[in-house]
Amino acid sequence: MSRISEHPILKFEDKPVINFTFEGRKLEGRQGDTIASALHANGIMVLSHSRRNKRPRGFFCAIGKCSSCLMTVNGKANVRTCVEPLVEGMEILRQPATGGELKW
Amino acid sequence: MVETQLLVVGGGPAGLAAASAAASLGIEVLLADEGLKLGGQLVKQTHKFFGSREHHAGVRGIDIPNLLLENQDKVNIMSNTTIIGCYEDGVLTAVTGEDQYFKIKPQRVVFATGASEKFLSFPGNDLPGVYGAGAVQTLMNQYGVVPGKRVLMIGAGNIGIIVSYQLLQAGIHVAAVVEAAPNIGAYLVHASKLARAGVPILTRHTIVEAKGTDSVQSAVIAQLDEKWQVIPGTEKELEVDVVCLAVGLSPVLDLLSQIGCRRKYIPELGGDVPFRDKQLKTSIDWIYVAGDTAGVEEASAAMVEGRLAGAAAAAQLGADSTEAGKIIASCQASLDSLRRGPVGAKIRAGIAKLEGGCCKCLNHQA
Ligand SMILES: Cc1cc2nc3c(=O)[nH]c(=O)nc-3n(C[C@H](O)[C@H](O)[C@H](O)COP(=O)(O)OP(=O)(O)OC[C@H]3O[C@@H](n4cnc5c(N)ncnc54)[C@H](O)[C@@H]3O)c2cc1C
Ligand code: FES
Repeated sequence: MSRISEHPILKFEDKPVINFTFEGRKLEGRQGDTIASALHANGIMVLSHSRRNKRPRGFFCAIGKCSSCLMTVNGKANVRTCVEPLVEGMEILRQPATGGELKW
Repeated sequence: MVETQLLVVGGGPAGLAAASAAASLGIEVLLADEGLKLGGQLVKQTHKFFGSREHHAGVRGIDIPNLLLENQDKVNIMSNTTIIGCYEDGVLTAVTGEDQYFKIKPQRVVFATGASEKFLSFPGNDLPGVYGAGAVQTLMNQYGVVPGKRVLMIGAGNIGIIVSYQLLQAGIHVAAVVEAAPNIGAYLVHASKLARAGVPILTRHTIVEAKGTDSVQSAVIAQLDEKWQVIPGTEKELEVDVVCLAVGLSPVLDLLSQIGCRRKYIPELGGDVPFRDKQLKTSIDWIYVAGDTAGVEEASAAMVEGRLAGAAAAAQLGADSTEAGKIIASCQASLDSLRRGPVGAKIRAGIAKLEGGCCKCLNHQA
């Protein structure tokens, strides 16, 4: 896990663990994480792939503005993982650029 | 449909100040902010703010929202709520979280939606690991997650320099800061702190390419000549896993564009900015703007503009006009004083262009 342990100004105490899965792998996040921050802390930077050239996509803005971090969460496509809080038991999947089978 | 007298969109320094000023004049205020935590850009700033003391300079950015929220029990706050549409009949659409959609019908709106980061084109700029400076800050300072091991910073303005320093504070290596201009744009106090820590600040340099398969593994930088062209043979490859872009901000205007507010392109203010009068009312009678949305500046000006717009909207809504008038006048005076001197020259030039240009050409994109 790559988390900041010492900081001259901010305090990041050991917060309670939140368990979740990514592509079936069991991972741990911390209370207060968004999905993307928890994935990043676990070394997962590729969140999806571009539609035509299948290039890897990570997050860019981290404030819900750029759509670079959309993933499928608990079966729901196109969740902005950089602003969605991580919740115990969440199942996170990478998705095709459009969010997979569109259901409308 | 949620009804309110005043809707403030955005809970950064500008929006918080607008909400608090209007509430202090007896107006019913709803404040909607997209973030999980109020404060806008402020929640990520660990440094003590520059600017004037009456606007909380010397206080760390992360502590300012609490100060602004004092006596604000009259403000109804909705966090994690994004305004997504703004229509001619005065209705705004909103979503809380990912899927609770609803409508708001306010009598007046203050848009204080801040600014968003500019992007830069170079091969590999879409790789994971190429992050905006704001994202790097959010990750480190809000979630305590390390963005990477070695960072190349693009841009030596205030943001690039301050975020570089924050990276060092978090124990992350900054390989270099590159800046295309011949000079460092940031305040020199901050830049010299960085230089003392051994981080090279390379002016007249740019990024040529980011390399990597699944994420950034290295970045190529090169020197620029007087005409901003890469000097062949000066390319250097740095081993970094994060390229952080701090190449400027431009106002967030999506909703203002949707509703058709008049705008004008003014580079000094960050790009396209909404036209507005001296009380920050836009070309649409019920819409005000404040803070970076009205032109990219800094937090003190954002707070004063927020107060001004909040008081002006309150006056229009029938609040005590003497009290509102006092706030408006004192805010206009403090904006003048904040923008005095060499530091404010660029902003003054931008505002002069905006105010001088109330002609048909303002309509070009409306
Ligand atoms: C690294 C860095 C260092 C800085 N240091 C200083 C400093 O030392 N001194 C200084 O004076 N200034 C500093 N600034 C600048 C200062 O932070 C900004 O000028 C100031 O925050 C602008 O305030 P604002 O309220 O206009 O916008 P913001 O702080 O950006 O707030 C905008 C808010 O609107 C919300 N929002 C946007 N769109 C919507 C929507 N559709 N619906 C709902 N909510 C929405 C956002 O979530 C956000 O909370 C710094 C900026 C950065 C990035
Ligand atoms: S990273 Fe930009 S929307 Fe999530």
